[in-house]
Amino acid sequence: MNEGSAYNRYRDFPMKVYGRLKENLPVTPDNGLLIRSMIYLSVPVILVLSMFIGRYSMDPAQTLQVTFLGLYNQAFSFIHGAGHSVLPSLFTGEFVPHSIDLKGGTVLFNIRFPRIIGSAFVGAALSVAGASFQGLFKNPLVSPDILGVSSGAGFGAALAILFFGDSFAIQVSAFIFGIAAVAATCLIGKIYRGSGTLVLVLAGIITGAFFSALLSLLKYIADPYDTLPAIVFWLMGSLGSVSTGDLMLIAPPIIAGCGIIYMLRWRINVMSLGEDEALALGVDTKRTAMIIIICATLVTASAVCISGIIGWIGLVIPHLGRMVTGPDFKTLVPVSAFLGASYLMLVDDLARSLTATEIPIGVLTALIGAPFFAYLLSKKTVGWV
Amino acid sequence: MILDIERLSFSYDKKNYQFKDISFGIERGEVFSILGRNGTGKSTLIKCILNVLVPDAGRISLAGRDVHDWKRQEMASVAAYVPQAKNVVFPFTVFDYVLMGRTPHIPSFSIPKESDLEVAGECLKKFGISHLGDKPVSEISGGEHQMAAIARAVAQGPSLIIMDEPTSHLDMGNQQKVLDMTRKLAADGMAALMTTHFPDHGFMVSDRVAIMEDGRLLASGEPDDVITRENLKTAYGIDVSVSYVPDAGRKVCVTTGCYTSETVRNI
Repeated sequence: MNEGSAYNRYRDFPMKVYGRLKENLPVTPDNGLLIRSMIYLSVPVILVLSMFIGRYSMDPAQTLQVTFLGLYNQAFSFIHGAGHSVLPSLFTGEFVPHSIDLKGGTVLFNIRFPRIIGSAFVGAALSVAGASFQGLFKNPLVSPDILGVSSGAGFGAALAILFFGDSFAIQVSAFIFGIAAVAATCLIGKIYRGSGTLVLVLAGIITGAFFSALLSLLKYIADPYDTLPAIVFWLMGSLGSVSTGDLMLIAPPIIAGCGIIYMLRWRINVMSLGEDEALALGVDTKRTAMIIIICATLVTASAVCISGIIGWIGLVIPHLGRMVTGPDFKTLVPVSAFLGASYLMLVDDLARSLTATEIPIGVLTALIGAPFFAYLLSKKTVGWV
Repeated sequence: MILDIERLSFSYDKKNYQFKDISFGIERGEVFSILGRNGTGKSTLIKCILNVLVPDAGRISLAGRDVHDWKRQEMASVAAYVPQAKNVVFPFTVFDYVLMGRTPHIPSFSIPKESDLEVAGECLKKFGISHLGDKPVSEISGGEHQMAAIARAVAQGPSLIIMDEPTSHLDMGNQQKVLDMTRKLAADGMAALMTTHFPDHGFMVSDRVAIMEDGRLLASGEPDDVITRENLKTAYGIDVSVSYVPDAGRKVCVTTGCYTSETVRNI
């Protein structure tokens, strides 16, 4: 192969960014890799910066001191076998720092860290689920709740708020009903002969409407001074109560689901050509679609059960990713994950620091996401308009 | 025989048959064209061959093995499909689009290897579209898109290429280009099955032609025997002159009469 051949250029610059894009974004094929690296790096950078933001005010030096002394103390006591080992104590919230600002340490390790890492996980999960559903349903306007997972989870959470009230029950119930709603959607889709993905979308609308009606019923019978506000707040989304225990529960399914989707990224490319073509290219479309649906649902339900309903991320972030690195799911899946993580960490920073009381994060993502989406459309760089 | 179809019947509802008792076979190195009016079941037949639709009766064997016994991924490296030109939702680059033809050779949980990139690059070169490699498929012309689609099929490394109206929506020049390319693929030892709306294509590239009408094969065989005034009248309901044009060195089909349907005559 000579130097100028298409395959060589492909290998050297995996990120092909199109002419129209170049006019609007400072991206060229030569710096595609750079842009991608910047996206990947933004996650740890924003994670560290987010540590300094919050309502319990600590100056940056103090925060750093608490962090490093805290970690050092842990390591010290670990090495000398005294007290707790680093990881279990950090993750179970039993961390007791010696000789440093005790309250600051508690805030940092038991509240702020879980919350920041939780927002990264939720952002990544919703974005990856959105990107894979957009490929599967060959439609760039699809979001992770297309099959009814959010409606189901909302109903499940409301049910638990009415009858149990404790946060663990709410999470479990939201998770179970989110999965159940998607299972119902798939069953309805199966009834029709030769069920393609379009039938699934219709079935998702049916399930979504059904669970929304049930949710309205629960809201109607809920106590307007007690449980009703709880339901409404849950539906607006919040990362305020994420604990390290929650993280331990949702991290494995999110990592596993996103991992499998990442491995299937070439198959998602082929699926996005349409079912007939994918079949002719040797893809077992039924099985592949099932795996994608199961993984995306698992990931979304895990995110939603700790955060409540957070809209617009699963729709907007994959678009942004496509603008930056092109439509190839090989790169779109990881780019979406990291962009989503960074984005939700930033939005959550705003949610907890903009005003004296916390702003529901679902409200903020929509307030930012909707105008941003309008801006994207006006730029005509999305490829499908 | 790479493709052998015996007494194939298909219906969506077990009552109204799209076609019934269709039989034909294709050899390697042969171009086989299927003519017939809109809605006569040509595309349905292709979907049956690709094992997307399941026929009611009959047998389709691909390289001596029933299509139902093939694993999808294995079958896709023997039979490739060139769909009718249509929009691709996501603007993949032409290179990526052609690279997707390597999918039958890539395990489910994997991505294309270096050797796959090489094959895709060679296919682009073979079809003269190397310079389009970095362009999104949404921004190339219809003719270029069709070339990319055929290149993708060839990247699958098949023995049989099935093309659904490969020349529709194309201008004369691009039609000729696609037909020449089809001829070349047959010369390379592949079998090509294509549907077309132009009887002329039967004379231009085909070794054998079949005309589908009313759910059966009206005729099949050598172009000279099949593409006749009588058969075209039955198939399309119009008078067609089939005559030899010395200048072109082949027979051509020219419509001479009006459509014979009552509805048109009464206008």
